Amino acid sequence: MTETGIGAAVRRTEDQRFLTGNGNYTDDINVFGQTYAAFVRSPHAHAKINGINSTAAAAADGVVAILTGEELAADGVGPLICGWNIAGKNGVEAHNSPVHHALAMGKVNYVGDHVALVVAETQAQADSAAEMVEVDYEELPAVIGTGKALNHATTIHEEAPGNMCYDWEIGDASATDAAFANAAHTTTIEIVNNRVIPNAMEPRACLAQFNKGTGDWTLHVTSQNPHVHRLVMSAFNGVAPEHKLRVIAPDVGGGFGSKIFIYAEEVVCTWATRKVGRPIKWTAKRSESFLCDAHGRDHVSKAELALDADGKFLGLRVNTKANLGSYLSTFASAVPTYMYATLLAGTYTTPAIYCDVQGVFTNTAPVDAYRGAGRPEATYLLERVVETAAREMNIDPADLRRRNYIQPDAFPYQTPVVHQYDIGDYGASLDKACDMADVGGFAARRADSESRGKRRGLGYSSYIEACGIAPSAAVGALGGGVGLWESADIRFNATGSVTVMTGTHNHGQGHETAFAQVISEKLGVPIENIEIVEGDTDKGPFGMGTYGSRSIAVGGSAIVKAADKIVEKGKKIAAHCLEAAEDDIEFAGGNFTVAGTDKVMNIAEVAFTAYVPHNYPEGVEPGLHEQAFYDPLNFSFPAGVHICEVEIDPTTGETEIVNYTAVDDFGTIINPMIVEGQVHGGIGQGVGQAMLEGANYDENGQLVTGSYMDYTMPRADNLPNFNVGTTSTPSPLNPLGVKGAGEAGAIASPPAVINAITDACGGAMIDMPATQEKVWQACQAAE
Amino acid sequence: MPTVSMTVNGKAVSADVESRTLLVHYIRDHIGLTGTHVGCDTSQCGACVVHVNGKSVKSCSTLAVQAEGADVTTIEGLASGEELHPMQAAFKENHGLQCGFCTPGMVMSAVDLANNMKNLDEATIREQLDGNICRCTGYHNIVKSIKDGAERMGG
Amino acid sequence: MYGFDYHRPGSVADAASALGGADDGKYLAGGQTLLATMKQRLASPSDLVDLGGIADLKGITVSGGSVSIGATTTHAEVAASADVQGAIPALAAMAGDIGDRQVRNAGTIGGSLANNDPAADYPAAILALGATITTNKRQIAADDFIVGMFETALEEDEIITSVSFPAPTSAAYMKFKQPASRFALVGVFVAKTAGGVRVAVTGATSVAHRGPKLEAALNENFSASAVDGVQIPVDHMNVDIHAGAEYRANLVKVMAKRAVEACG
Repeated sequence: MTETGIGAAVRRTEDQRFLTGNGNYTDDINVFGQTYAAFVRSPHAHAKINGINSTAAAAADGVVAILTGEELAADGVGPLICGWNIAGKNGVEAHNSPVHHALAMGKVNYVGDHVALVVAETQAQADSAAEMVEVDYEELPAVIGTGKALNHATTIHEEAPGNMCYDWEIGDASATDAAFANAAHTTTIEIVNNRVIPNAMEPRACLAQFNKGTGDWTLHVTSQNPHVHRLVMSAFNGVAPEHKLRVIAPDVGGGFGSKIFIYAEEVVCTWATRKVGRPIKWTAKRSESFLCDAHGRDHVSKAELALDADGKFLGLRVNTKANLGSYLSTFASAVPTYMYATLLAGTYTTPAIYCDVQGVFTNTAPVDAYRGAGRPEATYLLERVVETAAREMNIDPADLRRRNYIQPDAFPYQTPVVHQYDIGDYGASLDKACDMADVGGFAARRADSESRGKRRGLGYSSYIEACGIAPSAAVGALGGGVGLWESADIRFNATGSVTVMTGTHNHGQGHETAFAQVISEKLGVPIENIEIVEGDTDKGPFGMGTYGSRSIAVGGSAIVKAADKIVEKGKKIAAHCLEAAEDDIEFAGGNFTVAGTDKVMNIAEVAFTAYVPHNYPEGVEPGLHEQAFYDPLNFSFPAGVHICEVEIDPTTGETEIVNYTAVDDFGTIINPMIVEGQVHGGIGQGVGQAMLEGANYDENGQLVTGSYMDYTMPRADNLPNFNVGTTSTPSPLNPLGVKGAGEAGAIASPPAVINAITDACGGAMIDMPATQEKVWQACQAAE
Repeated sequence: MPTVSMTVNGKAVSADVESRTLLVHYIRDHIGLTGTHVGCDTSQCGACVVHVNGKSVKSCSTLAVQAEGADVTTIEGLASGEELHPMQAAFKENHGLQCGFCTPGMVMSAVDLANNMKNLDEATIREQLDGNICRCTGYHNIVKSIKDGAERMGG
Repeated sequence: MYGFDYHRPGSVADAASALGGADDGKYLAGGQTLLATMKQRLASPSDLVDLGGIADLKGITVSGGSVSIGATTTHAEVAASADVQGAIPALAAMAGDIGDRQVRNAGTIGGSLANNDPAADYPAAILALGATITTNKRQIAADDFIVGMFETALEEDEIITSVSFPAPTSAAYMKFKQPASRFALVGVFVAKTAGGVRVAVTGATSVAHRGPKLEAALNENFSASAVDGVQIPVDHMNVDIHAGAEYRANLVKVMAKRAVEACG
C-alpha cells in the first residue's frame, strides 16, 4: 500500500474549499440579469382548482411573469415521469401511472403541490406576489394513512381506481404456505416503517439560463445525476433538446436520494427562462423542502416467520402496503418492490419466501428513494421478526441468527427472491461484533443499570444490501427504463498530470479523493497531479450518477477499465521508445520497464511522447486519453452485524445509546477514513429514524412536522461515538473487489436500535420513532 | 434604503439595503461572501453562524441594520492566507465534514466554543453543539475535530 | 419577511415615542423569536424599534440580596455572570441552557419575558423566584406579570427595563426538552425562599404557572418523596405530537423531584 493508494486514509482534497468558505453550491452562483422564482403552492391536500387570478399579483412591484400549468402545457412541456414500470399480479403489465403535471392542471393533490410560477426582480418581491395570486380552490376529502388508502371513499386519480398504483408479488406463495404448514413455531408481527424527510442540509435549488444567440440552455441544479436530469428533461419533459441542454450539478450539499429525482421546479424554471428571456433562480426554503422533497419509507406490513423446532427458518410471508404519496416520483415504484422484497432473504437460508406489495396513493408528498431505499425497510422487518422469534422461542438472538446464516462455502448463493449473492462471511461479522460490543459483559452491565433504577437492552441487526446498482439487462428485465452502467474518461495532459471525468457525482462521499487514490494506485501518478471532474454534462462522458452505493463499485470499475486501456497504449509507446517488444514491457508504480533490464520510462514521459509524437510507434494514434463504460455483472452485497446497547430511565423514557458497534464487510476499502465517515453518517440517519424522526400528516393532510421546530433532526447530543470495525470478503465480480459503503449504516441501524429498546422494555412492540413518550409508556406497561 | 456599514473579515464594507435584509443576505448577496449558508428558516440549523463582535450568532436571525458598525467574521476570514485556522485544520485531519454545507457554521461555532470554554470534553462539545445540524457525519468526527481543534488552539 | 421601518433609539424615552408614532410598531430586543416569526410572514409590524442601542437597558447588578438584570442583557451574559452564579446559581444555569449558544448570544431576558412563550424558561424563573419586573412606567410582581399564553401585563408601548430577583436559599430548574425545538416540553423551577417554597411550571400548559399543590407539599416536607403524593391534574396539560397529557403530567412530577433533589 502506498501513502496515497488503495487502502490509505488520505485526507480529502475537497476539504480545502469547503473549510474556507469557497465551496460552490447552486445558490452561491449569481448571473447578470438574474430573476428570482417563487412557487404558488397548494395549501390544501386535495382540491379542485376552479380558477387562478393573477391580475393583482402581476401588477405587484418587480413582477416579471406569472406562469401556470395551462401555459406550460400549451408549450408542449410534458409531465414529470416515473422511470420504472412495475408489472402486477395476474399478468397485469403496467402499474397505474397518473399524469403528474409540473404545474397543476385543475387539481392539486398534496399540500405544497405546484400551482403557478412567479418570477420577479428580487426574492422578496417574488414571495410577496406569490401570496397575491388568488386561487379558487374547491376542497376535496383527503386520503391520508398508508393503511387506509386502498378503496378509500375518495379516489385521488381516476387512472388509479381504489388509489392502487400496483398489486405486486414476488416469491413462491404455495411453497411458502407449505413451509408454514410444517412449522413448529410461527412468529407474526405487524410493523410500521415510518415516513421520514431527507433533509439534506443544502435545500434544493436551480439556476436556469437560456442563450438566445446559441439556443443553448444551462441549468445549474442540486442533482446527484446531472446526465439523468438532462436525459429526462429532454426526452420526456421536452424542455430542451439533449444536445442543447447543459446540466451542471456543482457542489451539492448532501442528497441521500432526495436529489436524484427530476422535480417540477427545475423543469418549470428551465422552460420559463426562455419564455421570460432572463435567467431564473429558485432556492427552496426549508419549509418547501419539508413539503416537496420526496420523502422516504412509509410502509405498513405484516410479517410471518415459520421456524422448525430448532429455530431453522422454513418460510417467510410478508404483506406490505407502501405509500407512494400523491404522484409517482422518478424511481418511486421500484423502491418498495425490487429494492425491497428482493432483500427479504437477508443473510439467511430461508428456503421459501413470498411477499406481496400494494403501492398506494395518498394526498401526501411523493415518496421515493431515501438512503438505503427499500433495503432498510426489508432489514427492519426481517430483523424485527427474527428478534421477536428468538424471544418467543427463548433462543439467544445471536444464536438464532447464526443457526440460519448462509455459510461461507455456499456462495454464489441463489435466494428465493431474485438475488444471487456473490460472497460473504456473516458469522465472521457477528463474532467480531459480539467481541467488540462485549456481549459477554452485558448481563453484568444490565444488573448495574437495574441497581440504579434504569433498564438496559441489547439489540442485533444482521443486514445485507444490494449495492453497486446495477446490471443494465437485469434492470431492464425488471421494468427499469434506464441502463445503470457507469463511465470514465482518463485524459493525460502533456505535462503528465491527469484529468479523470466520470458520470458519478460527489456530494459528500469524497470522490475527488477516493477516485484519485484508485488512479494513483493503478497508474502511479502522484495524487496531487490528479483532478477528478464530475457534475457537468458538457465536460464528462454520459453517466448515471450517484445513488445506491454504486459510485465505487460501478464508477470505480469504469475508472479501472479506462486505466487498463491507458496502460495498454502506454506499453506500445514505451516499447517503441525503449526499443523493446511490447510483450516485454512491464508496468508498475507509474513506470514502464523492459523486463529484466533497467530500461524505464515513466508514465509522464509516455504522456509527453503521446502528445509530442516525434519519435512514435507506427499505427498508434497520438494522445493518451481513454474512455471506458462499465456495466456491472451483478449487484454487490455488503453485509454485516450492528449491535446497539441502550440504557433507559423508566421514569421519563429517556433513552441513551450507551454503546453502538458496527462491523461491516465492504470488501476492498479504498479509503478507510471516508468509509468510516459514511458508516457514521448512515448510523446517525438510522438512529434518527428509529428514535427521533417521523413525518406526521394530520387527517386533513397538513404536514404537522413541517420545520425543525417539530421534525426532530438528530443533534450531536442525541448520538454516541460509534465503534466501527470491518471484515472483508472482496467481491469477485468487479476489478476492485469493492461493494459500496454509503447506505449500510442507515440500513443496519434502525432494527439494532429498536431491538435494543424492546429488549430493555421487556419485549414490548414499539414502532419507530421510539420517542421518549412511547418508551415511557412501554416501561409503565412492563412494570 | 438605509446604508449599512460594518467591518467584515477586517475590511470596511458598506451597502444600501432594505431594513428587512438579514445579515446573512447582506453577507452573501451584497458583500459576495457565499461561504455563510442558509439551511433552514427557523434558526435551528446553524449553517449561517458568523461571529459578530467576537460572539457566534445566527446571521439568519439578525438584521443587517442591527450589525451596523459591528466587527463581523465569516468562514472566509478564519484562515490566514493559505494557512488554515487550527480548527479548520482539525476538521480536515479528522474528516469532520462530508458535503461541506453545514461546515462553515459548524467551524464558526466550534471556534466560538473553543474560545469560551477550556478543557472541552466530548459530552460538553455535544451539548454545546445543539445549534448546528449536520446530516452527513453522525457528528462522530465533528466532535473529534472540535476536541482536536480546541487543543490546537491552546485550550 | 415584509418590509418595515427601522428605528434605533438611544434612550428608553425615545424608544417609547418611536413606538407611539408607529402604526403597528414592535420593540426588537434580541429578535430570536420576533425575527423568526417575521421571516415566516406570521407577523408584519410596520416599524421595528430596536432596543439594542440603549445602554441603560444592559447589565447586571447585585445589591441587598437581590440580582437586577437589565432587559437587553443576553442569556449568555446572565449565564456567564459571576454575580448571578454566586447569588442564584440556578438562574445562571437556566440561562445557560436556553436555546443554543447562538440564541443565547443574541436573545435577551426582556425579550423572552415580553414574548412569554408558554414553553420558555424565564417565565418559570420569575414566578418561582418571585421576581419584580421594572418597566418604564412601573414595577410589576411576577405573579401579576404573567397573564396568559403570549400575554403579559405589559401595555402596548411599555418597555421592560430590568428584572430583579431576590436570592433564594436554594433553587433549581429542571427542563425536559421538546426534542425538535429544544424548548421546554416541561420545565419545573423550585425555589426555597424566605417566604416558603415556590414552584413554577412551564411548557406543560398554555402558560407558565405556579404549582400550589407542589408548594404545599414541599413546604411541609422538602423532599423528592413529598412530590410523589401530589396529584398533577391532567386536564389542562398541553397535548401535541411531542407529548400527551399523561406524559406531561408525569414529567412535571419527575422534573419537580429532580429539582428538589438538586436544591439539596
